[in-house]
Amino acid sequence: MEKIATREAYGRALVDLGRLERRIVVLDADLSKSTKTEYFAKEFPERFFNMGIAEQNLMGTAAGLALAGKIPFASTFAVFAAGRAYDQIRNTIAYPRLNVKIAATHAGLSVGEDGASHQALEDIALMRALPNMTVIVPADAEETRQAVKAAAEHYGPVYLRLGRMNVPRIYGNDYRFILGKADWLRRGHMATIIACGLMVAEALRAQEMLAAQGLEVGVLNMSTIKPLDREAVMEAAETGAIVTAEEHNVVGGLGSAVAEALVEMKPVPMKRVGVQDVFGESGSAEELLTKYGLTAGAILEAVKEVIRRK
Amino acid sequence: MLQEKARLIRQDIVRMIGAAGSGHPGGSLSGVEIVTALYFHVLRHDPRRPDWPERDRFILSKGHAAPLLYAALAESGYFPKEELWTLRRLGSRLQGHPDCKSLPGVEISTGSLGQGLAVANGLALAGRLDGRDYRVYVLLGDGELEEGMVWEAAMAAAHYNLDKVMAFVDHNHLQIDGRVEEVMSPEPVAEKFRSFGWHVIEIDGHDFRQILAAVEEARRTSGRPTVAVAETVKGKGVSFMENQVDWHGVAPKPEQVARALAELES
Repeated sequence: MEKIATREAYGRALVDLGRLERRIVVLDADLSKSTKTEYFAKEFPERFFNMGIAEQNLMGTAAGLALAGKIPFASTFAVFAAGRAYDQIRNTIAYPRLNVKIAATHAGLSVGEDGASHQALEDIALMRALPNMTVIVPADAEETRQAVKAAAEHYGPVYLRLGRMNVPRIYGNDYRFILGKADWLRRGHMATIIACGLMVAEALRAQEMLAAQGLEVGVLNMSTIKPLDREAVMEAAETGAIVTAEEHNVVGGLGSAVAEALVEMKPVPMKRVGVQDVFGESGSAEELLTKYGLTAGAILEAVKEVIRRK
Repeated sequence: MLQEKARLIRQDIVRMIGAAGSGHPGGSLSGVEIVTALYFHVLRHDPRRPDWPERDRFILSKGHAAPLLYAALAESGYFPKEELWTLRRLGSRLQGHPDCKSLPGVEISTGSLGQGLAVANGLALAGRLDGRDYRVYVLLGDGELEEGMVWEAAMAAAHYNLDKVMAFVDHNHLQIDGRVEEVMSPEPVAEKFRSFGWHVIEIDGHDFRQILAAVEEARRTSGRPTVAVAETVKGKGVSFMENQVDWHGVAPKPEQVARALAELES
């Protein structure tokens, strides 16, 4: 099966969008070859602005373009977008609720060999704590393609979290991404795995392994983390146990968002699969995901534990 | 006419901050002539149409001088002048630092220093794409120049030949902790901008003739942005506030307001 990185799908989607919508402009901070905004730059050089290695200025300039009615997509690695330029995003994009799309690639451990300095594991937490911000973590290429379009059509700041690594296809083009709606990939009455990003594929593998052992669990793709689909979380809670799975610190990310909703509505046994509040390191993406417990196997163990606690 | 406007704006600033009981008088007063010249002589704008796409933009990058911006906007007719006395109160559109979502005429929310020039660049890039000829003016503080992002934006403005961008540096030489030169010197300011590729003009920031001449010179300058490094006096116009670092962020008490207004009557 062909695997495609979500950053690749993003780069292609931008070009399609650029053809349809003149207001789309793209900014990058010297990483256009990696973020794949280079495709847009090649096609629409007059609407592409390289801001150099200056992420704060990248966000501020995007804000100015948005004020004048453009729909700017500002791209760099997630660690620099959400971290380095946090105050610019907070004060000059989120607070005035400007129509800036922050498309951050190379999120999570799957950056691989570059190591901890380049592995954003807290960006979801940072972005979802900002009022007015929408946070989307697509699971595969097709969902990315549609999420890019949805982000452009939604008025307001959006943080789109994308990955470096090639990931399996989950959706065909019959899928319809709806901003703020989670997608039930599998139904099962014993527990639910709520996942986002590349962990959705791992969740599906875990579900198959569990089914082979006679344990019927559901899989919910929570691609919009903010606003969180609380109805879907409620539905998941009806299965009596929940495991979340994310390529992010378990502090402040998807697991936290789901836990916040659960304790207010319907507390059930829950476990968060993710990076356990540590920084990453160098290694291949596969090695890192294994070492830090971001695997189908880890999800499977977590599901068995929450089922026992029911 | 501009002198008279400047006097009214100074009175409004003092009254407003006095009524609020907090705020930043020093750096509001030092920028009065620059902002007055812009709103009452330079800017192509229409207070009845704050969203007019062809308007010139003014960005107060040193957002703590909000009272200066509010006074100029009210005096221009963007909102009723009575509203000035609600500054910093709960529910007021006049937030402690400018909020573009609540108050018409405020182009962008500022307050966290160093960000206005980048926004101006974005506006200028958009104007160029759309074939509009509006100009973008930015007021920077001299202490604000210590923010690295200012220089990222300065580099970008020259790189993209943004000749519709004009910045003013309100060079009043004081910041919260003392003299700018002692806290963290941005000197030589003019040389720095020149080396970043800007057209640089050095002026007396309280002299309308020099301010307006600088604006004209910026209009005639093509291919690069212009900065007017404006020598100013912090607290200008109120004798007991002039050049006093303690008046950066302290409100005058009622008797001090009265004294200041008396000075500003003549």
